[in-house]
Amino acid sequence: MAALLRLKDVSAGYGSFAALFGISLSVESGEAVGVVGPNGAGKTTLMRVISGLLPPTGGRIELEGDDLAGAPSYRIVAAGIAHVPENRRLFPRLTVEENLRMGAYLPQARKHFAERLDGVYGRFPRLKERRAQLAGTLSGGEQQMVAIGRALMSKPKLLLMDEPSAGLAPLVVDQVFELVRGIRAEGLTVLIVEQNVRRVLEVVDRAYLLETGHIRLAGSAAELKENAFIRQSYLGL
Amino acid sequence: MDIYLLEAIINGLLLGGVLALLSLGLNLIFGVIDVVWIVYAEIVMSAMYGVYWLYSYYHWPLLLACVAAIGIGALIGVLVHVVVIQPILGSAPINQLLATGGLLFFLQSLATLLFGTDYRNLGIRLPVIEIGDIFISFSRLIAFFMALVGAVLLYLFLAKTYLGTAIRAIAQDREIMGLMGVNERRIYVITSAIGGGLAGLAACLLVLQYDVHPFIGLTFGPITFMVCVLGGLGNMIGGFIAAFIISQIIAVGGYYFPVEVAEVLAFVFFIVMILVRPQGILGK
Repeated sequence: MAALLRLKDVSAGYGSFAALFGISLSVESGEAVGVVGPNGAGKTTLMRVISGLLPPTGGRIELEGDDLAGAPSYRIVAAGIAHVPENRRLFPRLTVEENLRMGAYLPQARKHFAERLDGVYGRFPRLKERRAQLAGTLSGGEQQMVAIGRALMSKPKLLLMDEPSAGLAPLVVDQVFELVRGIRAEGLTVLIVEQNVRRVLEVVDRAYLLETGHIRLAGSAAELKENAFIRQSYLGL
Repeated sequence: MDIYLLEAIINGLLLGGVLALLSLGLNLIFGVIDVVWIVYAEIVMSAMYGVYWLYSYYHWPLLLACVAAIGIGALIGVLVHVVVIQPILGSAPINQLLATGGLLFFLQSLATLLFGTDYRNLGIRLPVIEIGDIFISFSRLIAFFMALVGAVLLYLFLAKTYLGTAIRAIAQDREIMGLMGVNERRIYVITSAIGGGLAGLAACLLVLQYDVHPFIGLTFGPITFMVCVLGGLGNMIGGFIAAFIISQIIAVGGYYFPVEVAEVLAFVFFIVMILVRPQGILGK
């Protein structure tokens, strides 16, 4: 089967500091794939490289076979990859609706702005109530809804999510994972990075374990849950 | 109330309009690109020469010459960004400041070379309107209303369009603009064109009231920077308010004292305010 996203031997770093060493992974269309690992493993760097925020120092990043490595991020969004960045990164002094409008900036998305806005408001009725409120004044969970809604406005083929549960209250974390489950049930392909290994393995089909910039393990969620190393180091069992 | 004091207040209000327009352009550039265009008033000067030349020498209709001047301002704005700022965007702010400062002398010298140091005017005498016992210059009145129209159009553009929203967003989180599908470099060029175009509009309004010469920028350049800093650099609403405060101090001060003293008062007020509120009236 042709992969939607395929990374081949991708390396990246900051200046003379290398953060990723020859990463190869793939995501099939319709799959939810997780990348788990400890703090500083390079998970966020991996996301930034895929969405073009950080140019890779080597390797290929293919979306439906086209190499996107080194392309500017505005082209990568146009190609169909939307990125929900770490810490949400909303525009705090824009309203909720203006943040969503920014997510539909691309010409092909603007045409469908009204219907997609309805879609996001249907998914998050709370945001419709708060649409004229400044994004910076929302709670953490609401901000995460805006960040996800903003990414969905471009109707991506692949949704990248970087630590969507970070910094949220336990109850809200439940909601976020429920949301991920819902999004993938609709057939959207998701690549999600998480420190919360136990929770993410419940919602993804497959996962990769990233440690110090290398992929240590790969397998289905069920396999990884039973893996002795994962159980000991990450699940505390 | 004293009729002459009322006249001074009205004149101050009218002066404030153009000053507010200038501060909007400068604040827009600073807010979005994070660069202070020291050369801003010299772009105004260049566009004033544009109006003068097209109207007096090529006999274009005044309105058409004004539209062209806005285009000249926008073109200079784009050139300032692409030729001077873009290559040094990543370098220290002081380098960018010095580069646009150097451009100021370049434009002054170029204007001197091309047009000499003569004071030139359009030779248009607009009527003075008399309302009751108050005299209001028609050219100032036009300038005030056109400045307001320019400000409202800019507001609608920034509030209602995708591009305008992106221009506001970019100052809040530069790095992730690409994730929205926004080409940051393109936004900078467009913002520079708008900033330059506003300078061009201000030039049209000023050339009705003042003679143009290569050093005319020095007349309102420093006061524009003062207004921007007083309002909170990069804060467009703050600058807008500050423009009317400063112009009232000058106008009303000029009623009680000689006009030079009034300008001194404005600067004293500015210095005191900077000590009390260094971040500006609406700065954070």
